[in-house]
Amino acid sequence: MITGLFNNWIVIVLMMSGLYIVIAHGNLIKKLIGLSLFQTSVFILYISMAKVEGGTAPILAENIKELSNPLPHVLILTAIVVGISTTALGLALVIRIKEAYGSIEEEDIQILDNLPQSKTQKKIMDGEQ
Amino acid sequence: MNDLFAVVMLLGIYSLLSASFFVAMDAVDVAFTEAAVGAGISTLLMLVVITMTGRKENTKRHKPFLALIVVIFTGGLLLYGTFDIPHFGSADSPIHNHVTPRYINDSINEIGIPNIVTSVLASYRAFDTFGEVVVIFTAGIGIMALLSVAHHSEDNHKIAAVNDSMHERYLVIRIVSKILIPFILLFALYVQFHGDFGPGGGFQAGVIFAAGIILYSMLFGLSITRKVISQPFIQIISAVGVLLYGSVGLVSLLQGGNFFDYNVLLTDPVAGQHLGILLIELGVGCTVTSVMIMIFFNFAERRELQQHNNIHNKDLES
Amino acid sequence: MLHLPILQVVIPLMAAPLCLLLKRPQLVWLFALFVSTVAFIISLLLLQQVSTTGVISYELGGWQAPWGIEYRIDQLNALLLIIISATSTVVLIAAQTSIEKEIPKNKHTLFYILYLLSLTGMLGIVSTGDAFNVFVFLEISSLSAYSLIALGKKRQALWASFQYLIMGTIGATFILIGIGLMYQMTGTLNMEDLSQRLPQVAQTKTVFTAFTFIIVGICLKLALFPLHLWLPNAYAYAPSIVTAFFAATATKVAIYLLIRFTFTVFGLSFSFTTLPLQGLFLVLGLMGIIVASSAAIYQKNIKHLFAYSSIAQVGFIIIGLSTNSVMGLTATLLHLFNHAIMKGAIFLALGAVVYQIGNSQLVNFSGLGRKMPLTMAAIVIGGLSLIGVPLTAGFISKWYLLTALIENNWWPVAILILLGSLLTVIYVWRIVEVIYFKEPLAENTSVTEAPILFLISIWTLIIANFYFGIDTRFSVQLTQSAAQSLFGLSP
Repeated sequence: MITGLFNNWIVIVLMMSGLYIVIAHGNLIKKLIGLSLFQTSVFILYISMAKVEGGTAPILAENIKELSNPLPHVLILTAIVVGISTTALGLALVIRIKEAYGSIEEEDIQILDNLPQSKTQKKIMDGEQ
Repeated sequence: MNDLFAVVMLLGIYSLLSASFFVAMDAVDVAFTEAAVGAGISTLLMLVVITMTGRKENTKRHKPFLALIVVIFTGGLLLYGTFDIPHFGSADSPIHNHVTPRYINDSINEIGIPNIVTSVLASYRAFDTFGEVVVIFTAGIGIMALLSVAHHSEDNHKIAAVNDSMHERYLVIRIVSKILIPFILLFALYVQFHGDFGPGGGFQAGVIFAAGIILYSMLFGLSITRKVISQPFIQIISAVGVLLYGSVGLVSLLQGGNFFDYNVLLTDPVAGQHLGILLIELGVGCTVTSVMIMIFFNFAERRELQQHNNIHNKDLES
Repeated sequence: MLHLPILQVVIPLMAAPLCLLLKRPQLVWLFALFVSTVAFIISLLLLQQVSTTGVISYELGGWQAPWGIEYRIDQLNALLLIIISATSTVVLIAAQTSIEKEIPKNKHTLFYILYLLSLTGMLGIVSTGDAFNVFVFLEISSLSAYSLIALGKKRQALWASFQYLIMGTIGATFILIGIGLMYQMTGTLNMEDLSQRLPQVAQTKTVFTAFTFIIVGICLKLALFPLHLWLPNAYAYAPSIVTAFFAATATKVAIYLLIRFTFTVFGLSFSFTTLPLQGLFLVLGLMGIIVASSAAIYQKNIKHLFAYSSIAQVGFIIIGLSTNSVMGLTATLLHLFNHAIMKGAIFLALGAVVYQIGNSQLVNFSGLGRKMPLTMAAIVIGGLSLIGVPLTAGFISKWYLLTALIENNWWPVAILILLGSLLTVIYVWRIVEVIYFKEPLAENTSVTEAPILFLISIWTLIIANFYFGIDTRFSVQLTQSAAQSLFGLSP
């Protein structure tokens, strides 16, 4: 009973470490790394459900009876692409944030965002949009 | 660990490990993609970004308790959920007995190609794959909207000079890679057209092809690569890929079938399936290659711009 | 006619890469407007088809439903398709003028491509009958949304977009986990098929977990209190046109998903009887209304103010769901429709102000009632509709919501809702006061009325606001029969 679920528990550990990094780390690149760890662990969840005991890769050939389930593979192929697209877009945002704020630490950015607000009382013209 | 370089490398290794895990789980197509994307492109992009933003992380955690609570809660819920999951590898779980049997048993007659993953991806669920291509196209356009810079040709010489001096240093690597690159591109083409029989297909091929070009531009400099492949050209190819994929669907509409019904493309349904899959894989390949190159170009150009500004500032100071 | 469901999505989709080939921004704008209009016409035709022949099922690739991907259009889908494509068209009318001042010239073409992709994503989410396909199109709409928001002028736009990207991706991954667990228990991804196979395994822990993950994932996208933190900044710093489009559509799509998963996929008895979802929605909805409306009162930037108001309005919509009655669901759907009209109008009008004076700080609105009478009137009418004043569309949905609550004998809730409306009165009054009873700032004395294209699109929505507040036949009939069919009653 335990061994049959073991793979899922590994996945949960990976997933949660990813999620923890996303929330607890202030560095934006670290956040994206956490995010991609979180996503890849989901891939493992899908792929391990597709495995059939004694099966082989889902490519038809002579003398093969058991095949693993191809559908989760297809879904995860799509999900990988979605994952890299998100990561790439996130990285592009990080570059722009670095240029605009001079930092990629969440705390610095929040401080910088709050600064003008206290000043704007006098000259709202330069304030936010 | 607060050295981002190390963290990114570890993530790459993790991706490679999970790719080998996918091989063990019989998911060869996925493993291929994960190795190319997770260990390849994604690591590369992160490294480029780190060179621009600095590799040290601030060690202060800012919401550790909130994070811990969220993680414990979600983790607990997931753990609770696993207890009724069908066991690993058991052949009698629902996913192996509903929907999938048709793919395994009938796809060879209905589609006519041995790689079932490709059959499902390109025909049964062709629309998902279309969506996937559009996702990557969206990312490409989004990154272009964020990063694209207007060119000042007179500035470029200075950057080019700096870069060239850097690129000329590693002679051995340059020569070895120069020999390798044609084989990489050739391998990409093989993967592109062999997807029906073994692992591979438009997406993997696209990533490998792009990797070849990116390698070239890393070794010989952006300005030279830009002469070979111009930005507008890449943009057009990425659009053409999506359009090619979509027009296969539109043609099947005109032929009286449903959208993406390849059976009506030719008189023989199986031949029609073949043609349809070939065309859409080509569309996928086009878009993926061009978007990957586009993303890399935009990142690298932005980096050049920063370097240029730094040089400029130094000039002003001195 | 046979292929309308797929054309609805594929036309804007194919139009997006075509824009890249067209290049000239002016041309691209006209093309996008044309495409969006076509999408709107298709959605009207689809509604007509649905109401005469019933549910439309379209098999993509000619493969039968659980094996291939199915597009499935019923009245609920048709309603959402109309909301999305109609607001997209109206908003696009003003787009060219607005982005002239807000987005650099060389990015105009990219802006329209992203806009069309975002439209595609939303239409795709609504049309599909396949759970995984939802995820794919969700990502199309999200990725384009992140990029569109980041196009905002201020650097805060980048940060808002990044935060949205993190939250949105966590949400989408939660949905992916949920779909995976559901698939593992049933072996299928088709929603119709899922709804038939899920009851057999409904008692398992895995399905419970799957359900929770999907709902939490959707609520992140929905900005349901307390998961709303990404929304105010995203709305406030995005280009005005983007805000108008998203405020009118994005949360609506998320609510559609919520309804689809709770009512159709998991089924009523599971969602509302086995699980305490009813109470949860009620409490979160009420807290959302009170907290967000109170926050709205203190905002100095009108875009922030109305962004908080949007979070509060989500509360009203969720409470309608929690009543678990046809009447309540009708109120929810009506409010989806009406809220899209009023928020679209308000944010477009704010866009016009930003076009003329460069920002949307409340102080700068002083005395604009005389300078920009038509635009200001539109904001006020939109505000009255938010409050729920008779003759406006907002009144109708509030009325149905209160009726539903009273039907359930939930008097305290009804009173709290009225209190929430009172808070709305306060923040709308603050704006009215500034607009009409203060002298214009020195630098705003030369401000004139908004350009004509702005006025056309704003007043189209304002007139619709009155029309659906007076002649309720179309909206009420449609939402009522959609609600009835979701409850499994034949209309």
